[in-house]
Amino acid sequence: MDSNRCRPFGPIVIDIDNITKHYAMGDETVHALRGVTLQIHRNEYLAVMGPSGSGKSTLMNMLGCLDTPSSGRYEFNGKDVSSMDGDELAEIRNKEIGFVFQTFNLLPRSTSLGNVELPLIYAGIDPETREERAAQVLRDVGLGDRMHHKPNELSGGQRQRVAIARALVNNPSIILADEPTGNLDSKTGQEIMALLEDLYERGNTVILVTHEPDIAAHARRTVHLRDGVIERDSLLTLQAQCLSHSRSSVG
Amino acid sequence: MKRLVYELSESWKIALAQMQANKTRSMLTALGVIIGIVAVTLMGTAISGIQKGFDKSMSILGDDVLYVSQFPWARVPDWWNYRDRREIKTQYAQTLNRLIDSTPNSNLIVAVPTSNIAKSVKYADNQVTNIFIQGTTSDYPLISVVDFTHGRFFNEMETKSAANVCLLGYDVADALFPSGSPINKEVLISGQAFKVIGVGSRQGSFLGLFSLDSIVMVPLPTFQRYFSAKSESDVRVKIRDKSKLGDAKDELTGLMRRVRALPPEKKNDFDINEQQAFKSTLDPVKNSIAIAGLFITGLSLFVGAIGIMNITFVSVKERTKEIGTRKALGARRRTILLQFLIESTALCIVGGAIGLTFAYALCFGIEHAFPSFPIQFSLGLVLTSMIVSVLTGLISGFAPAWSASRLNPVTALRYE
Repeated sequence: MDSNRCRPFGPIVIDIDNITKHYAMGDETVHALRGVTLQIHRNEYLAVMGPSGSGKSTLMNMLGCLDTPSSGRYEFNGKDVSSMDGDELAEIRNKEIGFVFQTFNLLPRSTSLGNVELPLIYAGIDPETREERAAQVLRDVGLGDRMHHKPNELSGGQRQRVAIARALVNNPSIILADEPTGNLDSKTGQEIMALLEDLYERGNTVILVTHEPDIAAHARRTVHLRDGVIERDSLLTLQAQCLSHSRSSVG
Repeated sequence: MKRLVYELSESWKIALAQMQANKTRSMLTALGVIIGIVAVTLMGTAISGIQKGFDKSMSILGDDVLYVSQFPWARVPDWWNYRDRREIKTQYAQTLNRLIDSTPNSNLIVAVPTSNIAKSVKYADNQVTNIFIQGTTSDYPLISVVDFTHGRFFNEMETKSAANVCLLGYDVADALFPSGSPINKEVLISGQAFKVIGVGSRQGSFLGLFSLDSIVMVPLPTFQRYFSAKSESDVRVKIRDKSKLGDAKDELTGLMRRVRALPPEKKNDFDINEQQAFKSTLDPVKNSIAIAGLFITGLSLFVGAIGIMNITFVSVKERTKEIGTRKALGARRRTILLQFLIESTALCIVGGAIGLTFAYALCFGIEHAFPSFPIQFSLGLVLTSMIVSVLTGLISGFAPAWSASRLNPVTALRYE
C-alpha cells in the first residue's frame, strides 16, 4: 500500500446527503436518482462513471447546480443549494463552477478571448480586468497565439482548451467536465487529459463525468453509479484500506 | 449596476454580430419595419403639412379680425331663413368707424370695407379669367398683412379720388407679365384701364381651395364705379385683444344693429364671422383624416412587428443550446431577456433608420416635384419614428425573449 495515497483530504466542497431526483416522462415517473450520498473535498480528482441510464447525467446536473434535487440536501461550500431559485443558482454556477462540455459549447461568433470573458461579464468585472484575466488563462492553457480566433478557426483540441480556459477564468471551486474527450481523437484526448491532470496538480478540484474506463483511470477517485444509486466509491475502499494500514503500521 | 452595463454592451455586440451573420434574414425582417416606418412617417409629414397649410390659411384670415357678412360661413340647414337678408353695404364701415371712435375703451380698432367680384384681366395678348377683383380702402393694410415683391399699396388720395390703380396678386402678375416688371404698366379689367402700382408676394392657396394669388386689388370707389353690379361686400373689423373675442363680437353686434336700425324684437339680419368658424368646421375633418391615416399606416408597422416577433422566436429556438451554455456560465434570467430584447430592438432601430432615410428622400422628392403639396418633415417626427421603432422592437421581442429567459438550463443544454 502506497502510504502517499493516504494523505488527508482538504475541506469539504460538496456535501450531498441522500438526494433523489424524479421527473415525469409522459405518464411515467422516472426515478433518476434514488438516494445518493457523496462528499467531495478540495483538490480531489474524481470521476463519476456509469452506464447510460444510471443517473450519471442527472447527478452531474445536480453537482453543477443546473438543477435542484427532489429531496435530500445539497451543500456547496456550506451553502444550501437545494432550496435556491434560478438566479441564485446562476450566481453559484458563475462563481463556483467551471463547466467543460463534450461539445465544447463555445459561442460561434465570439473570439477565444470573447468566449473566455463571458463568465467575467456575468460576474460584473470591468473590461480591462476581464481582458487581462482572460488573456492570462488562455496563455496558461497554451493558446496565447489563438486569442483572436473564432471557434471555427480552431482545431477540436484547441476549442476544448478555450472551453477549459473559460471554466477556469473565475477561479471556481470545482471544474466539472462532462465527457471532455468525447468529441476528440485519442491523441488530442490525451492532451486534454494531461491538461486536466495539470490543473489538478496545481490545486484545482476536478470532477469528470465519463463512461470510458481509461478516461476515468486518470482520476484519483472513482464513483460508480448504477440505477440511480452509488454502486462503488473508491474513496470508501481506500479509507478502509488506509485505516487498516495505519493500524497495522502502528501495531 | 455595473454588471448590467457590461451585460448590455455585450448584448449589443452579439446583436450586431447576429445581424451580420444572418444578413439576408435580418434585411427581410427589417423590411417590414422599414415599410411600416416609411408609411407612418409619410403620413405624419402629410398630417403636419395639412396642419401647417391650415394654420397658414387661417393666419391670412387673421385671428384678430371679425367679418361682418350677409351670411354665416358655416353651413346652415335652414338657408331659407337667411335668403331675404339685406346686403352688407360698404358705407357701414364709415359709420362703424365713427361709432368705434366715440366709444371709450372699445374692443374694436378699425373697420374696413371690401367688395369682391370675379372678372377677367388682360395685358397685351395675355388674358387671365375668373380673377378675384377686390375693392377696398387704403386702411386695408391695417387689418391684414400685405407683402409686396414690387411697389406699394394704394394711398388715401388714390382711394378718395377713385384712381384707376391696382395691385396684382402674384399669379396674375406672373401670367400677364412673364418677363419684365408690371409696375406702371396698364392692364385692362373688363375693358377698363388700370395702372399697376404693386405686386403681391406669393401667398399660396386658402386650404387648397382657391389661390390667394389670383387676386387684383383696386380702390373701393373705383370698384364701385365699374363693378358694383352683382358684387358682394363685407366689412372687416380688427379687434384690440384676441382674448376678448367674445366681448368684441358682442360689441360689434350691438353696433351693427344700430347701423341697421333693427328694433329689439327683430333678429340679427347679418352675421359676424371669424376664422374660428372654419376651425370648428374643419378640425373634426382634419382629425379624422389623421386618425384614419395613422391607423391604416400603423397596420403596416404592426405587420412588420409580427415579422420581428417571428424571427426572434426562430432565433431563440435555434440558439437554445447557446442559451443553455450562457445560463451554465452564470447568465441570469434578466441577462437572457435583455439579450433578445436588444436583438429585436436593434433590428427595429436599423429598420427605422433606413425607413426614415427613405421617407426623407421621398419627402424631398415630393416637395420638389409638387411644391404645393403640403408636406412637412421635422425633427420631432424623426424622434417620434425612432421611439416608435424602439417600442416596436421591445414589444415584439418581449414574448420570445421572455420564453428564452425561462428556459430550463438542463433542457436547453441538451437541445440539439
